[in-house]
Amino acid sequence: MRVRMKFSKTGSVKYIGHLDIMRYFQKLMRRSGIPIAYSAGMSPHQIMSFALPLGIGDESLGEYADIELTRSVISTEALNILDAQSVPGIKILSFKMLPDGALNAMASVEAADYEIVLQNNRIPDLASKLSSFMEQEQILTIKKTKKSEREIDLKQFVFHYESTDDTILVRLKCGSVDNTKPELFMDTFLAYCGLSCSDSDLLIRRIVLYTVVNDTFVSLDDIGENIG
Amino acid sequence: MKLALPDRILLQVEKPARYIGGEINAVYKDAGTIDIRFAMCFPDLYEIGMSHLGIQIIYEMLNNREDVWCERVYSPWIDLHKIMKEEKIPLFALESQDPVRDFDFLGITLQYEMCYTNVLQILDLSGIPLLAKERGNNDPIVIGGGPCAYNPEPIADFFDLFYIGEAETGYAALLDLYKAHKKNGFDRTSFLHEAGKLPGIYAPSLYQTSYAEDGTIASFRPLYDDLPGKIRKEICMDLTNAVYPKKQIVPFIRVTQDRSVLEIQRGCIRGCRFCQAGMIYRPLRERDVNKLKSLADAMLKDSGNEEISLSSLSSSDYSALPELVDYLMECAERQRLNISLPSLRIDAFSLDVMSKVQDIRKSSLTFAPEAGSQRMRNVINKGLTEENILNGSKEAFLGGWTRVKLYFMLGLPTETEEDLYAIPQLCNEIAKLYYELIPKEERKGRVQIVASSSFFVPKPFTPFQWVAMDRAEDFIKKAEFVNRSMHEMLNARSIKYNWHEADVSVLEGILARGDRRLSDVILYAYEHGALFDAWTETFSRKPWDDAFPACKIDPDFYVHRNRDPEEILPWDFIEIGVSREFLLKEWERAKEELVTPNCREQCNGCGAAVFGGGICHAR
Repeated sequence: MRVRMKFSKTGSVKYIGHLDIMRYFQKLMRRSGIPIAYSAGMSPHQIMSFALPLGIGDESLGEYADIELTRSVISTEALNILDAQSVPGIKILSFKMLPDGALNAMASVEAADYEIVLQNNRIPDLASKLSSFMEQEQILTIKKTKKSEREIDLKQFVFHYESTDDTILVRLKCGSVDNTKPELFMDTFLAYCGLSCSDSDLLIRRIVLYTVVNDTFVSLDDIGENIG
Repeated sequence: MKLALPDRILLQVEKPARYIGGEINAVYKDAGTIDIRFAMCFPDLYEIGMSHLGIQIIYEMLNNREDVWCERVYSPWIDLHKIMKEEKIPLFALESQDPVRDFDFLGITLQYEMCYTNVLQILDLSGIPLLAKERGNNDPIVIGGGPCAYNPEPIADFFDLFYIGEAETGYAALLDLYKAHKKNGFDRTSFLHEAGKLPGIYAPSLYQTSYAEDGTIASFRPLYDDLPGKIRKEICMDLTNAVYPKKQIVPFIRVTQDRSVLEIQRGCIRGCRFCQAGMIYRPLRERDVNKLKSLADAMLKDSGNEEISLSSLSSSDYSALPELVDYLMECAERQRLNISLPSLRIDAFSLDVMSKVQDIRKSSLTFAPEAGSQRMRNVINKGLTEENILNGSKEAFLGGWTRVKLYFMLGLPTETEEDLYAIPQLCNEIAKLYYELIPKEERKGRVQIVASSSFFVPKPFTPFQWVAMDRAEDFIKKAEFVNRSMHEMLNARSIKYNWHEADVSVLEGILARGDRRLSDVILYAYEHGALFDAWTETFSRKPWDDAFPACKIDPDFYVHRNRDPEEILPWDFIEIGVSREFLLKEWERAKEELVTPNCREQCNGCGAAVFGGGICHAR
């Protein structure tokens, strides 16, 4: 039986990198006695996979991990024992059974909502600046990866945006193809505003990861069902 | 939770998770309800310090008291060090993130000599005066402990107190005394004086050393009649009922020891003559096997660790080892647990166990013959014969192992070129055995023999505490000779040889057997850039090379001189149970190449029986 967990990562645990979060969950499973399945072979490991890695220093209210269980556990009970065994900054928000044949979390990610708070230097008329930025015909920027640098049109990867006084909410394309990081979006936008901003002046918080079902964005945890 | 460092800094430094605390099983208390704030420091990187069992025992023990909150402190890596110096950010404890200088105690564990400049870094970044004599009533009491506290003299100027021996028995009295003093208007001088009367506590500022013309110590005595002239180590005789960290902290980042650690016994029966731990932790005391089983269960459950490791100086000597290992193997099957068994003698039993708990194809066998020739092994009392090694290797090769690691020391007392040549010969014999034993068609490539050598450093409280250490250039010559000889061996292509740096070993030797006058040298080296000296990538000779002449100290005096058995040694005021007479007798036996039986075979009257328990009184 496959289960998808949604969890948050807030506060000082935002400094824990992706690999360490995976190790954290392996130990969390063992502490809480969740009947997770192990792979076969010489060095068995827990069957667990995570969706899109989060940047070090970013918070999230929408992280996801898929696990395989050897027997069923009632969702509310699982949430209770996981809560008791986890640190306050990492809270398991849902524990749902996945339907047969569902794609794993990483493979199904298509988009993410990010909330970006400008902590120190506020931008006057943020809303109008953001609209004029987004209303450009093309938003050309350089995307750097470990292997290459290339120019992309950012505009096609932004599905939605809005803002308040000091906060931007943006929905970006992500997943294994054309993954767009919130840092790239902000760098490009701030450059457009004639500003530069070191990463630490931004508080980036991922809100939710989406997959696409019938041309509609669906939160990754809405794919599963509570075990009751 | 608040953090001492702003996001701006945490995002700049390597592995910011080193500095955030908040791990599973970390202890949080309301500082307002606490009488004593205790900062417990391991003066090295988080990943190293978090792997140390001793700190975890102290953390558990102190936090079991309602009136104490013990928190952890580690050395900021050099990237953060620079930022904290530039921006004058005070060093903080991980749990509360409060500045260390506001604590009542700063405890620093001294596990190796090469951390001494890191001790100064901790004080410096905390904003605590580096010299104890410059501290006032509002500064924390800086107390040192651990194996290097058995010769605390080189760092005496930096500490208010030293705790000599095992932490389990003496801290309660010290903390109670502190509380009483705090209640009646705290005066640092009178507190230190009273603390100095407690068992196991040494207050260095209340002792005076005078020197003879030749530089040796003429006298060492307390300034006041009510302070002891000798300080006996504290020792925990009942390990079974002693405090043990069942809820070990689970670090977020991968640390060196990413597993639960089960200390099965303390002390060692072997009596290797170069080994300080083998003397200062005498007598051997075992933890009851049933207690260990329940500790293992609790630790694994509360940490979620998937590996457990047995800890002791010589696991094979634990009398209930088969029973314990059977139990852990049963657990392993149920819970998918890995078992790590370091410091095991290679024999049929251990190979059988290892073949069950490890992947033979990936693991290697480790021997620590320490010396190549039997003569040399007799000198150092390493009760391992060539026959043991070859038999162990034979069993291992037949069991499927193809990799053997061997550890040696160069520069041992009385060593000759023949003894050195015996190292490559031994490696060659093991390789030859493999090719004789395993038919060609069953071999998967060559056997791999990896030999490593370190340089022998004479340590206090060993039979070799009087001997001159080799010079760095002699060490390198010896290593090169061994290396050349390796290439002459028939099976040279199956053997790999590595050796350690010599400069650091000599410096370690100076600091290990130094006296109070070295505090100036350490201070100078720190102030001129020495930091993280235990790390190859950060060690620099220059601050140390400059420090000795600047402080008018001849380093050779401390290492390259044979000391007279009559000489007053800087650590003579400490009593470890093992007597000076025994050590001297062992030094004589070493020169005669005589092996001394281990404590289980025969009592050799070392003096540790004075503690009234352990192996000495087992029969």
